[in-house]
Amino acid sequence: MATLTVGCFPGLIGNMSYDFVVKLAGAAVNKGHKVNIWFAGNAAGSVKAHQKHLKDYSTGEKHLKALIEKGVEICTCEACTVARGIQKPEGIEKIQWNAMHWYLAKIHASDRVLQIGGE
Amino acid sequence: MGDVKLAFVVQKPQYKGETSRLAITHAIAYQTVEILLEDGDTVTPTLCFVGEGVLGLQKGQKAMDLYEVTSTETHLKNCLLVDLDVLVCKEDLAKYGISEDMMPDAEDMGADKKIKVAPFSEIQKAMEDAKHILFF
Repeated sequence: MATLTVGCFPGLIGNMSYDFVVKLAGAAVNKGHKVNIWFAGNAAGSVKAHQKHLKDYSTGEKHLKALIEKGVEICTCEACTVARGIQKPEGIEKIQWNAMHWYLAKIHASDRVLQIGGE
Repeated sequence: MGDVKLAFVVQKPQYKGETSRLAITHAIAYQTVEILLEDGDTVTPTLCFVGEGVLGLQKGQKAMDLYEVTSTETHLKNCLLVDLDVLVCKEDLAKYGISEDMMPDAEDMGADKKIKVAPFSEIQKAMEDAKHILFF
């Protein structure tokens, strides 16, 4: 099986690219692939815990927790996240916080990389 | 696994959004990635600016004075200081009427490396040589 790393940059709300990332990651891990997700830019705001799922908008938290349970490694850019006023204790459990070199290191070991661009 | 070449291709103008800046900072992160890799493993990025991505690279920027944020010019200088290969598309610069001598250098910081204004064919070659291409 292969290793897929996804760089996710779009914001959670109002952007279907984000939904694509979590759905794709789910499909890949269900097929037995190793999946890593890197959040940067507006995507970093999506690691805040206690999101309310309003039906008008997509939600990230329950999908991220499900992916983590399946072994997907998820990491947020710490600088991008604290810049949005989110501190680590407020984040979803088991999501890693690290610097940009985490993404590059995961890319190094990946068979495929998908860069989902942001705003 | 050895060295993995990456091409960071910036298509969006600086300052218009966040991701064009993130391309630069992610590329610079190659300097510290080795702490997470096995001995002998490296990542070598090439930072390429094409299309509207060539906008906002010129020297003489006052972003810190006016907006209290680090300018793209400073980030580019940091790229050169850490020996990152930076390619700016020659044809796209010409399309926007930006002369090549407007590209910043980091001689004042002691960097030997310079931004290379290159034909698109050379940027395409960098993409072909890379294992992964990341579009910003």
